[in-house]
Amino acid sequence: MGLIGRRTFLFENDVSIVSRASIAGPKEGKGPLGAAFDMVMDDDLLGQKSWEMAESEMLRRTVELCMRKAKKQTSDIGALLSGDLNAQIISSGFAARSLGVPFFGLYGACSTMAQSMIAGAALVDGGYLENAVCAASSHFCTAERQFRSPLELGCQRPPSAQWTVTAAGAVMLMKAEGEYIRVTHGTVGRVIDMKIKDANHMGAAMAPAVMDTLIAHFEDTGRDFRDYGRIITGDLGIYGRKLLIELLKDRGINADEEKLMDAGAEMFYKEQDAHAGGSGCGCVASVLAGKVLDDMEKNAYERALVLGSGAMLSLLSSQQGESIPSVSYAAALEGGSGNG
Amino acid sequence: MDAKRYSKLVKEITPGSPKLSGFFRAFWVGGFISMIGQGFNQIGALIGLSYQELPMFTSSLLVLIAAFLTGIGVYDKIGKYAGAGSIVPITGFANSVVSPAMEFRREGLVMGVGARLFFLAGPVLAYGISASVVYGIIYYVLEVAGIWG
Repeated sequence: MGLIGRRTFLFENDVSIVSRASIAGPKEGKGPLGAAFDMVMDDDLLGQKSWEMAESEMLRRTVELCMRKAKKQTSDIGALLSGDLNAQIISSGFAARSLGVPFFGLYGACSTMAQSMIAGAALVDGGYLENAVCAASSHFCTAERQFRSPLELGCQRPPSAQWTVTAAGAVMLMKAEGEYIRVTHGTVGRVIDMKIKDANHMGAAMAPAVMDTLIAHFEDTGRDFRDYGRIITGDLGIYGRKLLIELLKDRGINADEEKLMDAGAEMFYKEQDAHAGGSGCGCVASVLAGKVLDDMEKNAYERALVLGSGAMLSLLSSQQGESIPSVSYAAALEGGSGNG
Repeated sequence: MDAKRYSKLVKEITPGSPKLSGFFRAFWVGGFISMIGQGFNQIGALIGLSYQELPMFTSSLLVLIAAFLTGIGVYDKIGKYAGAGSIVPITGFANSVVSPAMEFRREGLVMGVGARLFFLAGPVLAYGISASVVYGIIYYVLEVAGIWG
């Protein structure tokens, strides 16, 4: 237990993912990863009266499903660590209100899921919590109205724009031995700013932060691309992923492109018109709780590194002409059957 | 890599919006909307509206149709296809007022619809009206001085 290198946590006490759940919106359900979600919503509103409450309800249901799968009641939950994109993270706060569990509200924009897994794993590994539910959500309609324009406004998006995913993902972490997939390392990110100002190109703003955390993770752990079956970034989109490959090349690291999977770039088919791919806290959260852990449980690969990345801008900072600072967190996962 | 080199790399890797097809779509849709407007103008003339009444008659009808199409969720699809072709005509202006009215209905009639109704169209109105006032003053001064008008 403790810190290795400069900013990587080592979790030695079998912090395992004992349960996981994901719920996605109708458009996401029709995408290539649709079959991997536990549930696909029929409509975007889930019987609520606003998009914000719909997102919160989606998150609540995801957390509840995650608990149910682990056969836990709300009274058994150590803490919920969750965040979203809404101002003052209301989706998470309101979901925690109905769940009535101890709650940490986190914000790391689209990196929130990786951030909550690292924090949750540390709390469980350190013995402060018996278990932790780590979750994140996003909703296309809440993000559009907060960051961009009304849904019915007739305007075009540039090819670099990403589509905020309607989805939520949750994992329950607990010390457990056996066939579980474990969280073994967590690398904390720095806020990096390469002076990108285009709010329609988040991938470009975030790729340098992902590179920074990835290199720090490699340096701290002594690992490299060969040690991982997949490196999952979330969410750089198609062009952000290309930029990351170029940035790594510039630092003398040849990225193994087959291993480099971006949750946003995988989320939609090209015909679904999501331009550079998906984004939002719920994107990497639901892809992790769905596709990635599915694959790991089927032993498709033994180790995975989840690199969540978030653009730490707001509408105000963007209107004031500031560039977009970004942060990225890395969580290393390892299969239960492997070489512990 | 420094910020300058990175910005160059970003430009290299990121494709721009497709210009040729964008121009074509904007041209034909914008032209088509204008043609419909011209049609209303002719009809107005046929039913005996005066030269002063015609522009009002035509623009009211176009705004009405655009507001309706926004309401039933069609105008945003036209806008996605046509870009400036459906933003520049007066129908785009109607869309920019009706869409926030729909979007912010849940925040109430005062702080939602009322406060946000012109949040997109507001700048156009503010600077449009300001510009016409400045133009009016310049015109007046030139007229008094006997240079123009």
